[in-house]
Amino acid sequence: MEVNEQTLRSAARPGSKDASAGRALRRRRLLSAWLFMLPLLAVNVLVILGPSVATVYYSFTEWSGIGPAEWVGLQNYTDILSDGDFWSALSHNLLWTVIFLTVPIGMGLGGAFMLSQITRFQMIFRVLFFIPYVMASVVNAAIWQNILDPDRGIGSTLALLGIPWLEGVSFFGSQALALPAVAFVDNWHWWGFVVLLFLTALQSVDKELYEAAKMDGAGRWQQFVNVTIPGIRATLVFVVLMTIIGSLLVFDYIYIITQGGPAGASEVVGTLMYKEAFARFEAGYAAALGLGMSFLSGLIVMIFIYLRRKGWEV
Amino acid sequence: MGGLSAATGGRRSQREPSKAPYYVLLVLLAIFAIGPFVVLLFNSLKTNAEIGRNPLGPPLSPVFENFPTAWSQGGFATTMVNSAILTVGTVVGVCVIAGMAAYAMARLDLPGTDVVLLYLFVASALPFQLFLVPLFFLWSSLSLTNTLLGLIIIYWAIFSPFATLLLRSYLVALPRGFEDAARVDGATELQILLRVILPLSWPGFLTIALVSGLGAWNEYFFALTFIQDNSLKPVTTSFNAFQSNFSRDWGLTSAAGIIIILPVVALFLALQRRFISGLTAGGLKG
Repeated sequence: MEVNEQTLRSAARPGSKDASAGRALRRRRLLSAWLFMLPLLAVNVLVILGPSVATVYYSFTEWSGIGPAEWVGLQNYTDILSDGDFWSALSHNLLWTVIFLTVPIGMGLGGAFMLSQITRFQMIFRVLFFIPYVMASVVNAAIWQNILDPDRGIGSTLALLGIPWLEGVSFFGSQALALPAVAFVDNWHWWGFVVLLFLTALQSVDKELYEAAKMDGAGRWQQFVNVTIPGIRATLVFVVLMTIIGSLLVFDYIYIITQGGPAGASEVVGTLMYKEAFARFEAGYAAALGLGMSFLSGLIVMIFIYLRRKGWEV
Repeated sequence: MGGLSAATGGRRSQREPSKAPYYVLLVLLAIFAIGPFVVLLFNSLKTNAEIGRNPLGPPLSPVFENFPTAWSQGGFATTMVNSAILTVGTVVGVCVIAGMAAYAMARLDLPGTDVVLLYLFVASALPFQLFLVPLFFLWSSLSLTNTLLGLIIIYWAIFSPFATLLLRSYLVALPRGFEDAARVDGATELQILLRVILPLSWPGFLTIALVSGLGAWNEYFFALTFIQDNSLKPVTTSFNAFQSNFSRDWGLTSAAGIIIILPVVALFLALQRRFISGLTAGGLKG
């Protein structure tokens, strides 16, 4: 190995008789470097960067998706601000954010903490918790549509056992329950993933800190608050950030299960945008909605970076 | 730790707390995670009449007819092939695209690697809301909607940035000696990548293949948007159409669901550690 590096170095030394060969070698490497990058950059520009830039332009136009786009300035944005459907959808995104900042993060922290305290069967629990996350969203959704079916689900099963309260309740079909019910299903597929993120972080927390806390007479809860939470702060902040952004942009489970219904009860901005573009052919308006939501999530990332620069411990 | 607490047990008034409550709660969480799949399996083995009498319990007289019926009514002979093409095409393409790019960044002293890395981080975090609408109309004008290739190209673009980042961190850690030797022997960079790097870094490639393959197999949203032709639909979108048509026949729906998740379950149980480490790294990408 050393011999080879020696050979390379002498080949590249200026003034030696191999200098031009060395330059040719470097040129060849530079050329191959960019050639090797080309496929990645090409598909990325074609699918993501180019259309993202186009979204900025189309958001200022009236465009059906076919034919020419007509420049309308800020019209789409002022329309959004006076669109009742948008504000209703955005309020559902905010409710979604609150649910996902509490339930899966709470389950994730608790689950990861308990897993870190045991050794036997830990791997089995990890695998079991993770399974819903790797299964297709459409199948996960169908399973819960079956379990929460008003006539052939949990309600009628409990009724057979003499507990009639849930019989005939249509979780996804009721205005009041649709959004929390979809959030429940989405959380069911998500929380196990959060457990594993936290568990990875927990395993790097110094075990001696727990021992020291125990010596000082700290109970389980005090250990959790004073050792666990500070030890995984970076991951916790990351998960909170990812949750907020994910909640602003949420789409899949809602679209699969309720399509935003009934009567807009589970509509979020993501599903609204999809309908504007592909059902109402308001592509310009949809572009403005998409850009607005992307801008909002970018803004939140910026705020976090800014606070961290300012020395906040977030 | 156990030995230590036994040794100091005499002096300490507080005993090591029992782990039993943790196990009880963890088992409850495991039932919450897995129970619904058990219901899926149960209902796939019941007739529609039995589901009416016994909605969620174990089948009292298991039947297997739902599987062939779901297979033919759900058009799985077609959609399975489409999904297989999408998955294999995505995996091969992502391995080639990400393998070449990661090699360029880790080994070929690509100028501006930091800028490219930053771009990849941003690109892998961009929401589909930002590019979906113009992409759809661009794909229409290029006649790439309603083609499997058009969808595969989108999957390449979506899965490659993360795969490149993961593979690059893998390649950076490999020793350089072998490739320098090959270079001195006059091998081209492509030969080095194929004959030297690939055999050394196959675990990294396996991880990105699993993550992008799983992503392509399960993907719903882009398939829904870009494929309308029934003969080109993958299992996910055709399942959802099937499920809405037969929403009251939970036996058929459950059997179709089992057919879709079976390949993933088998692969996941065989390679669970690699799946989990690859996917949690994916969650930490942004």
